[in-house]
Amino acid sequence: MNIHEYQAKEIFRRFGIPVPRGRVAETPLEAKSAAQELGGRCVLKAQIHAGGRGKAGGVKLAGSAEEAEKKAGEMLGKKLVTHQTGPQGREVRRLLVEEQLNIDREFYLAMVLDRSLSRVSVIASAEGGVEIEEVARRSPEKILKEAIDPVVGLLPFQCRRLAYDLGLAGAQAGALAPILQGLYRAFVELDCSLAEVNPLLQTREGKLVALDGKMNFDNNALFRHPEINALRDLNEEDPRESEASELGLSYIALDGNIGCMVNGAGLAMATMDIIKLYGGEPANFLDVGGGATKDRVTAAFKLLLSDKHVQGVLVNIFGGIMRCDVIAQGVVEAAREMRVAVPLVVRLQGTNVDLGKKILSESGLAITPAETMAEAAEKIVKAVKEASGVRGKG
Amino acid sequence: MAILVNKNTRVLTQGITGSTGQFHTRACKEYGTQMVAGVTPGKGGSSFEGIPIFDTVIKAVAATAANASVIYVPPPFAADAIMEAAAAGIQLIIAITEGVPVMDMVRVKKYLDGRACRLLGPNCPGVITPGECKIGIMPGHIFRPGSVGVVSRSGTLTYEAVDQLSRLGLGQSTCVGIGGDPVHGLEFIDVLKLFNEDPDTNAAVMIGEIGGAAEEETAVWIKANMRKPVTSFIVGQTAPPGKRMGHAGAIISGGKGTAREKIDALEKAGVRVARSPALIGQTMKEVIGY
Repeated sequence: MNIHEYQAKEIFRRFGIPVPRGRVAETPLEAKSAAQELGGRCVLKAQIHAGGRGKAGGVKLAGSAEEAEKKAGEMLGKKLVTHQTGPQGREVRRLLVEEQLNIDREFYLAMVLDRSLSRVSVIASAEGGVEIEEVARRSPEKILKEAIDPVVGLLPFQCRRLAYDLGLAGAQAGALAPILQGLYRAFVELDCSLAEVNPLLQTREGKLVALDGKMNFDNNALFRHPEINALRDLNEEDPRESEASELGLSYIALDGNIGCMVNGAGLAMATMDIIKLYGGEPANFLDVGGGATKDRVTAAFKLLLSDKHVQGVLVNIFGGIMRCDVIAQGVVEAAREMRVAVPLVVRLQGTNVDLGKKILSESGLAITPAETMAEAAEKIVKAVKEASGVRGKG
Repeated sequence: MAILVNKNTRVLTQGITGSTGQFHTRACKEYGTQMVAGVTPGKGGSSFEGIPIFDTVIKAVAATAANASVIYVPPPFAADAIMEAAAAGIQLIIAITEGVPVMDMVRVKKYLDGRACRLLGPNCPGVITPGECKIGIMPGHIFRPGSVGVVSRSGTLTYEAVDQLSRLGLGQSTCVGIGGDPVHGLEFIDVLKLFNEDPDTNAAVMIGEIGGAAEEETAVWIKANMRKPVTSFIVGQTAPPGKRMGHAGAIISGGKGTAREKIDALEKAGVRVARSPALIGQTMKEVIGY
């Protein structure tokens, strides 16, 4: 789960990480009063869940409260298109109004999970303010790493090593330690999957300040962090993806036109891959899970059909925990209820497969059965191409 | 022989009174697995279909000499259950539970350091030596005894692969699910090492997916150490970057962890990678030539 920059900075503040003075504004008038509190001169930052805001016009300077009000009026309610939002962009509903700081140097700091080590690691670089992946590609030697032992935590010597290797000295070297410790504590206590400060600023006055921040959280741990769950902004999520997570389904929207419903994440990805291999384009990833009930299958079916780009559906179920007859029942009911007008190919394999097939064939619905994955992919791609060809002629 | 489990493995179920625990304990017992004990705190002294239930793992081990444990307890309690099993001297722990917080697993891994136990999962289907012992949630009837080892990060995709192998007459020595979470127990390399040393295994199928760098690290190991043919399939070639594809560990982040990189690394190490998920069995058949 992602949160906004302003929310991340509130968390930073709580964990002793210095952030610029500032406030959130939802109207131009609020932006004006926030600017006034800062003495007029300020920076306005669009709050959306995507990077690349600076280049896309999502970060603007204002020299006075009046200018802040005017510029806020230009930014709020507009769609911001960055390289991470996709062409449709994101609507700007809030601005973070902050003091302007005098930049001397910019660093990169982050806590991430190092999967190879099964530990949290610090990633740091003296090249801040740019995308870290870019630095990693161009000059990997400029990326510093420190893995953290979960028993003793981030140790002072590790902080010193990072500080000196980043080229910090004196008071700044000392000031880095509490920032790193705070970031690590936040990561562990709040079950983050990423806690990033980019850039960490050294001001001309010699202070270290988190100029921008990003936090992602482990969805599996949200049950013990209701206060983090409350920071969720549904406006930033695909509505179908949010609905799916409510239903306990795993759904991700894609650009194609063949909807898929599969049990298990690996098989769901494999189904997407094989559709592509046969010349089609998957419209979604949808894992109905292991222990899905008939109701959940019906809900899943409705969900994937609510995508207007879907011109055909492939159901691929390998029954392990799931029984094929339960799936078949759900498919039949959903197809009836939704009056499915697009081609539907169903491949069932595993527990109670014969009963499942019988339910499908006796339903009286136009369901094309398939024995194997390859056959299923071939059939649905062909059916969708034929159907769209017919539409094209009409 | 096979690896990890065989007909002598004595299994206890942690979370035996939940519906999932009961369903699969029954299915494993029917398969022929020696299900010797169950553990549910507060239910000690009762039993489930003749299987005695204990309050703690240590009591269950003392009474039944269980040496493997399968865990179905809900996510908030799964890490504790794994560590309880390790502390009681269980040698093989299989965590089926999906949705365990990553930080819990970071602590678990540290706890297991230096202990003589192996962990599979969490978020895995389990392990099976066909005809001898099935521990977990996989449909037993698709497996056939034989000499192909299977190791995978996925559940249902493994069933698909095994079904293809069985239909082609290629039985399996042992099939091992290592789980789809970013921090888990045994890695591909650990399992391939066991297959390498196992006289009953002639070749291995490795099913990987996007996210992390385990497949790339494994490719390096295979090139240097593996004496038996390995074939592979990597799923997620069409997955968009930055999205978690169901499994907590299946995510392309910062341009890393793509299927392409993994396939390239494996092919460089001499591993034949099936280009379609429908050809996992066929690819193995071609490589071993029977």
